[in-house]
Amino acid sequence: MSESGEAAAPRGQAGGWLTLRRRNTLLPLALVIPGMLWLIIFYAIPIISQLWISLQTGNPDDGFAQTWNWAIYADSISEYSEQMLRSLQYAGTATIACFIIGFPLAYFMAFKAGRWRNLFLLLVILPFFTSLIVRTVAWQTILTDDSWITNALKTVGLVPQDGRLLATSFAVIAGITYNFLPFMVLPLYASLERMDRTLVEAATDLYASRWTAFRKITLPLAGPGIFAGVLLTFIPAIGDYINAQLLGTSQQYMIGNVIQSQYLVVREYPTAAALSFIMMVVVLLIIAVAARLIGTKRLSEAAVA
Amino acid sequence: MRGVDVSETDVALRGLTKRFGEMVAVDNLDLDIPRGGFFALLGPSGCGKTTTLRMIGGFEEPTAGTIELAGKDITQQPPHKRDVNTVFQSYALFPHMTVAENVAFGLERKKVDKAERKTRVAEALELVELGALASRRPTQMSGGQQQRVALARALVNRPRALLLDEPLGALDLRLRKQLQLELSQIQRDVGITFIHVTHDQEEAMTMADTIAVMRDGRIDQLGSATELYDHPRTAFVANFLGNSNLIDADVVSSSGAFAEVDADGGARLRVPARALSPNSSAKIRIGVRPEKMKLEAANGTPQAGDSSALLGHIVDAAYIGLATQYVVRTDGGADLQVFVQNNSDANSGLNEGDRVVATWDPEHTFVVEREEPNAG
Repeated sequence: MSESGEAAAPRGQAGGWLTLRRRNTLLPLALVIPGMLWLIIFYAIPIISQLWISLQTGNPDDGFAQTWNWAIYADSISEYSEQMLRSLQYAGTATIACFIIGFPLAYFMAFKAGRWRNLFLLLVILPFFTSLIVRTVAWQTILTDDSWITNALKTVGLVPQDGRLLATSFAVIAGITYNFLPFMVLPLYASLERMDRTLVEAATDLYASRWTAFRKITLPLAGPGIFAGVLLTFIPAIGDYINAQLLGTSQQYMIGNVIQSQYLVVREYPTAAALSFIMMVVVLLIIAVAARLIGTKRLSEAAVA
Repeated sequence: MRGVDVSETDVALRGLTKRFGEMVAVDNLDLDIPRGGFFALLGPSGCGKTTTLRMIGGFEEPTAGTIELAGKDITQQPPHKRDVNTVFQSYALFPHMTVAENVAFGLERKKVDKAERKTRVAEALELVELGALASRRPTQMSGGQQQRVALARALVNRPRALLLDEPLGALDLRLRKQLQLELSQIQRDVGITFIHVTHDQEEAMTMADTIAVMRDGRIDQLGSATELYDHPRTAFVANFLGNSNLIDADVVSSSGAFAEVDADGGARLRVPARALSPNSSAKIRIGVRPEKMKLEAANGTPQAGDSSALLGHIVDAAYIGLATQYVVRTDGGADLQVFVQNNSDANSGLNEGDRVVATWDPEHTFVVEREEPNAG
């Protein structure tokens, strides 16, 4: 007995208090703590403070006081419903456009690009190397009234002679589509790239035409990528204000523009905070419905395979 | 052995060629695969067997030549129009569908009505003994089970021919042996032509009625397992299917049932006359399987009897359980492998260094062409 106790002692000393069992319990905590702290300090606390601010009343000159003014939510919705609906509409249209442009591109990169694959990946993320503002200002130049592209479209008849591209809904949606395309392409590419191509061969072997094989095999297996791409495009697009600011007019303003001006110009902090909250809830609801519709169970199963 | 009715051809390949750039994968292949048989394409990796199968399935386009299925040219048909189904090496089961949905996939595409579909899926799963697992996902199954699902998914369509691309390659040895027997049983039950690609000679010999041994995009020899084993016509076939002792020999005379040859520095051996092709030259190679030879302690010179005999001494003896494996160096300098079954103690007296005589029935001698560049 005493012998085994002596034999165990040096080992215990070498490991100190950090025994194997303690180590196994502490490691997951060590992994999660930095991220949790980050989220608490920079996300949870500001969110709560925004909720607090949204319920205050007052004005920028005399200051704001907490009055638990819940009515501000109903007031904000009725006052800015136009911009909210426009945000949903623009972000939705841009997301669909991103998917239509992005899916063939991702498919090409995953299956057909061969040794050019990395070059195409670089090209897709290349716009990120310049700032969002610079890119969007560049679009201003491209879409301006006497630019060659506007003139070309006028010649072809796609734009009426007295029409314009800049300062239209088209310009804003096109800008959003351009700016958020990589967020759609990259997850799509990732999900297609790891797909086993033999599955498509197996489907055609079982009498499926190429189109049926695409519909029944490729598309469902790309499901997680489509879901991720749609969320990553739609969510930031809904809160975007740069594109409407630089490529549109107040006629094209989205909810992001309203929040921005309420905060920085009018300094109506409670309204700005309330609008931010409303958009957040709307986005969460949309995600919940989408996840329910597509079925997260199927998604995670497809992701495993 | 099962009888093979070669009267009807299911798959016919005519001058089939596939090149990948400079590399010739399949070289002007002519092949008739009989209806309802179990046909194996056997060869080492890179011999073109899988490419041949993929061309029949429609996944590779031939560079030249045609493929006929049941008398119709299908060379230009896409895979989904061909009445063949494939069991892929990786199984290629659809991970987002249940086992039953996987098996029903082909029937749905062919617009088989729902009630019949259900019956046939159940039958197919019953055939591979997976009836109880119909609602599982393939990802929740073992390799052997996935292999059976892949088989059911192909067989349920009752294709004209079933293509199997190394279907047992990913399984462990025990399971492979078991499934080999099951596969031949299933093939007999359904009567569909099976075209099986494998690099495992034992697998091909266990299952197939007819084996085509492929090398460098061509067929070296085609025949039943017994034909290939007992009468290989090339050194490659003789060595790919089991072990062989190959000795260079010169034909001295040929009369009646046996020809006489000189081999191994002067020994006079007899070779069945039918083993010599009419146009073979006088310089040939003869072969004997190691288990067809007998060893005896040598007392003086070998008696010239009905047997062929070579004198030598044992340079190595390895006991491997059911047999003892000897290496005998002949007086002419050739190394012979001899397997002696351990069913009696007749040979127990033989040790390394002993002088022995290796004898065999001349009937068991086969003849292959002498390949001069690498004749050893």
